[in-house]
This record gives sequence, structure tokens and C-alpha cells, in this order.
Amino acid sequence: MGAVVDLDGLLDQRRIWRGRQTQARPLGLQPTGHAHLDERLPDGGWPAAALSELLLASPGCGELQLLWPSLARLTAEAGRVVLIAPPFIPYAPAWQAAGVDLRWLSQVEAAPADALWAAEQCLRSGSCAAVLCWPERADDRALRRLQVAAETGQALAFACRPQHAAHNPSPAALRIAVDTRPAQWRVLKCRGGMPPAVPIASRRQG
Amino acid sequence: MLWACILLPQLALDSVLRERDDPDTPLVLIGGATQRRVLQAVNPAAARLGLRAGQTLMAARALADGFTCVEADPAQVEQVQQLLAAWAYRYSAQVSLHYPRALLLEVGSSLQLFGPWPVLQARLREELDALGLRQRIVLASNPVAARMLANCHDGLALSDADDTRTALAKLPINKVGLPTEASEAFTRMGLRQLGEVLGLPRDALARRFAAGVQLHLDQLLGLRSLGLEFYLPPDRFETRLELNFDVESHQALLFPLRRMINDLAAFLAGRDCGVQRFELHLEHVEGPDTVLKVGLLAAERDATLLFELARGRLEPLRITAPVRNLRLLAADLPAFVPQHQALFDPRAQQAQPWEQLRERLRARLGDEAVQGLRAEADHRPECAWQLASQGASGTLQAAADSRPGWLLAAPLRLSEADVQLLGRAERIESGWWDGGDVRRDYYRIETREGLRGWAYQDLAEPGPLWLQGWFA
Repeated sequence: MGAVVDLDGLLDQRRIWRGRQTQARPLGLQPTGHAHLDERLPDGGWPAAALSELLLASPGCGELQLLWPSLARLTAEAGRVVLIAPPFIPYAPAWQAAGVDLRWLSQVEAAPADALWAAEQCLRSGSCAAVLCWPERADDRALRRLQVAAETGQALAFACRPQHAAHNPSPAALRIAVDTRPAQWRVLKCRGGMPPAVPIASRRQG
Repeated sequence: MLWACILLPQLALDSVLRERDDPDTPLVLIGGATQRRVLQAVNPAAARLGLRAGQTLMAARALADGFTCVEADPAQVEQVQQLLAAWAYRYSAQVSLHYPRALLLEVGSSLQLFGPWPVLQARLREELDALGLRQRIVLASNPVAARMLANCHDGLALSDADDTRTALAKLPINKVGLPTEASEAFTRMGLRQLGEVLGLPRDALARRFAAGVQLHLDQLLGLRSLGLEFYLPPDRFETRLELNFDVESHQALLFPLRRMINDLAAFLAGRDCGVQRFELHLEHVEGPDTVLKVGLLAAERDATLLFELARGRLEPLRITAPVRNLRLLAADLPAFVPQHQALFDPRAQQAQPWEQLRERLRARLGDEAVQGLRAEADHRPECAWQLASQGASGTLQAAADSRPGWLLAAPLRLSEADVQLLGRAERIESGWWDGGDVRRDYYRIETREGLRGWAYQDLAEPGPLWLQGWFA
């Protein structure tokens, strides 16, 4: 036990969890655009270069409200955002009104079998800032591939999945469940910190 | 002027071997009349079996078995020579195929760009090795000397006329390209090296030998110049590969395909252009060819990329009949503009540019798979968006959160009992001028599960609510 271990090193590697976050981390590279959500997340936003999982009560239940501010910020910085086989048609005027620069938005049509392949290619290429996919039957292995690809290409990966997938373990760095009644976000898992115990209210307009 | 001669001593054999994926099995090239087939060349594995060039096929069969016989094909050799000329054109504007099995390049003016001769030579050798061709390279001050020195030397580099003359003087007289009767006559006179011949008085030589001998000697020393025909690159690429056996699986087509695409890439780099679309013809024994068209959005010339794209298109193809031959045709060869990359790129780790990624996705998923989104100035929801190759914003600004983010491909009928209407109707009435007349009252609705949608009631046919989008 003679080895001297540097405490800062251990903390940086996140091998030690600190019960109380005494010192605020420098604000993350990838803020979600929702201040009250950012302050609950250990990275101050989306985990950079990693997979985030959105567990939806049903498709169309509020994933865009959650993602739009980030996508608007990324496209404004001339980063490419790719939608892989979205379940509905992205309605261009609404995306534009949300601040997304449509010049940097691309959509890839793919059969379910090819969608994961396409998502992995986009993530791995390093030319995309964010990749959104809707894997239907993604197992642990497929998600891990996405996670590794996101790390390789330094991109944000978002996988939108039904909420019953929440019971299965997942390699995603961040898992957020999106509820409609009440309208709230529940952080189920976040790498590098305890998930906040209290759900976060999502402000829904209209 | 400095001339490099690249001599390809085994061009016929190498051009056969490079198309086979088993170069280590014994193989011989045969030629000659049907009654008396003669081995023209043997590969090292066949040489180990005791086979030699010049043996008759009967003798070879008596000596060993288990070797492959391939008919020598002059047309194929010619094709490889043309390809090599196109390749060499990358390094010099003056390339000549004056001598068979040899390339002459004027490299004096290329050294500024490609570095000193040892560097250029190493590069030439490396690329020839990659093409699967053995080579001897000699640099001399005139083309004829370079060609003749390559008979006896490899890697010799003589940059001025005096050195060239010294080296030439040591060449055996039967290796300097003189007509056979002249070199035999010199040998009988006791002159074994070129230097001894050059020591003879000119007028005595002129009296005894034909005028061609003196001319050739002068050309060797660079006193008179040889009129060379220079290579002019064609403006289309076509290559054909005979498989000689029936291929029914994709996997077996990939190896020859890679070889053809490497040739195409070498040609493109030589022409300094790219390829935007090319066709791969799969020729069957009978029936029309299967044509595989590969189209790209921008001109490319990287061999790996082109191969991957062609492979992506080939794999989903159903091959109906066995394939006998492959033909690659590229007629559309626009200028190639390399990807612009800034030194201080904010995303320096960018491994693969978006254009390449898009091609890769299109190759596997189909030409229309990757699309951008364009907003159109139209109030009808189904007309307010458009798929386009390049996304663009529209001029009509919708108020934030007044339109749903997701639109359903086709409206869905709702039963009124399940939903609750929120707020008042918004009327959209438009399109009378183009036949797509629309008169609808739009409502925001909320379902029992708490989902917010966008539904309309058609005023032309009053009835149920139709769900058209989700405020996600």
C-alpha cells in the first residue's frame, strides 16, 4: 500500500464518486439548452462523444422539445445533424422556427436492418455533429456499437426507444425517460454522477 | 533532358499473374502453332518444377504436372502497355512506347516537382510493384542510351553525356540494339564491347556497314536524336477482363473488380481528373450484359472509395446468369477538385468528409436515401416541405411552436371521444390555383396519454378529425 495515488487523478477518472458535488464542473461542452436540466447533469449537458438514450412513452411525446435547442446550436455552428429513418416526416417550417438551420440537416431513409449500420457509419465518420436514430430492436450489443462509434467520431448519438426498454441495462452514457403525464424528464442513468432523484419538469407549451 | 527507361522484362507473364489471386501456383505462358506449343514464360513456382521457357509443351508435360497453362495474349499485353503509359503520364509529359515492353520518360523536367531522382525512382518502383510488374529502371542522358543500358543494368543513374558514354562503352556489342548481322560481324572482327566499336574511324565504319548502323550509334551517343512518338492519353477509360470461368457469386467478382478499379484510379490520377459515373458490364455467356451503373454526386478518384462504392452497388445485385467477363467503362471524366481542408480545421479529427460518407450511404441504401429538407413557402402542411439534395430554409416564417415538429405521412382518422380539443381553430385555406384546394380548420388536440397533436376538420367534407402531426 505504499503507492501514492493522486486524488485528482482518481476523481478525473471518475473511479471515485463524490457524495456531494462540492465544486461545479466547468460547464459542459454540449449544453442541452434547458438550464434546469443542464444543472442536474454531471457534464452540464449531454455527455460529449457518447450515446444518449431517450426513452419515450410513445413516439412524438416530446423528444423534439428536448432536442431542438441542442440541434439548433449544433447547426448554427455548421455541424451536421443526421436523422436516420425518423418515424415521421420532420416538418420543415417547425424545425426552422425552432432555430434549426436546415442546410445542415440531413435525413437518411433506411430499412430497419440498415438503419443501425447507417447510424454507425455516420457516427464513425467524424463529419456529423449529432446523429438521431430510432432503433426498433436494438440489443445491448448494437447500442454498444453506437456508443463506440460515437466515441470514435466525436459525435453526439441519440437513440429514441420505447420506454419499456428502460428495464434492460444499456451502455448509453445518459438515459432520460420522457413522460407525458405529468410532462417531465426522468434521468435514469448518467455516467459520472448520481442521477437526480426528482423528475425534472419539462415545460410544454400550447 | 534526362531520360528514364523502365524496362518490363516479364510483361506478358506479369500481366497474366496480376489478374490471378494465386500467384504462387505454377503457371506457364504458351504460344506457337497448335501442333507445336512452346512455353514462352514460366513463373518462379513453375521454374522450381524444372520448366523453362523454350521447352515444348509436350516436354513440359513429361517433366511435371499440376501447372496451369495460359495462352499468351498480345492484345492483353498491349492493353497493359497503354495502361502503363497512362500511369507514367502522371510523372512526365513526354512518355513514349517506342520500344516494346519498355517505357521512355523524359524526367529532367519532372524532378522539380517529384524531388531528386532517387526519390522519384523509389516511387516509380513502389507503384510498379503495386501493379504487380517487375521492372528495370535506368536513367541516362538520351532515350536510346537509356533503353540499351537497361538491357544490362538496373538502377543505373547517369545524368550527363560523358558518364553515359563511359557506361555505354562497357556494354557488350550484342546488347546495344544493333541489327543481328552487324553485331555478329563486329564479334567476328574481335570487337566485343561497344567502346571498341566507337574507337573505329567513322568513314571506315560507314563503308563497311549499312547506314542504319552509324545512325543507331549516333543516336546512342546523343549526337543525333531519335524521333519519338509520344503518348496521348485517351479521354475515356475502358478495360475488360476475361475471367475464363463462370462466376456466380459476388465474392468471386470482388477480386477482379478491385484490380480494375485500381487501374481506373491510376488512369485518373495520370489524367488529373476524377470519375463521376462509370458502368460495370457483367458479360454472360448468352443473353445481354448485366449493367451496373455507379453514379456519384461529385467527381472522385480514390481507389478505395471507388471500390467500396462499386462493391456496395454490386452486392445487392441479383446475378441471373454466370458471369464470364467483366468490363469497366468510364466516359464521364470531369476535373477533380480535391476536398478543401483548412489548416486549423475546428474538427481536425474529421476522418471522412461528409461527401464521402454520403456516397457510401447512397451506395448501400440507394440513390435517393440521403436527402436534405427544404422549407417551402406554402401554408398547406403537405406542401410546406420538400426533400432536396441540399436542405434550405424557407422564406415563410412560422411562429415558434405553432406547427408540429413531426408530420404524419398520411392523415389519420381520429375518433372525437379519445381526444380533447385545445384552443380555437386555425383556418388554412389555400391552393385553389394548383388544383390542390384545401379548406381546413386546424386544432391542437391532446390524447388521453397526454400526446399533443395537430388535427384538422375538412370543411369541404365535414366529418371526423384527421390527425396530421405531433407536437413532439
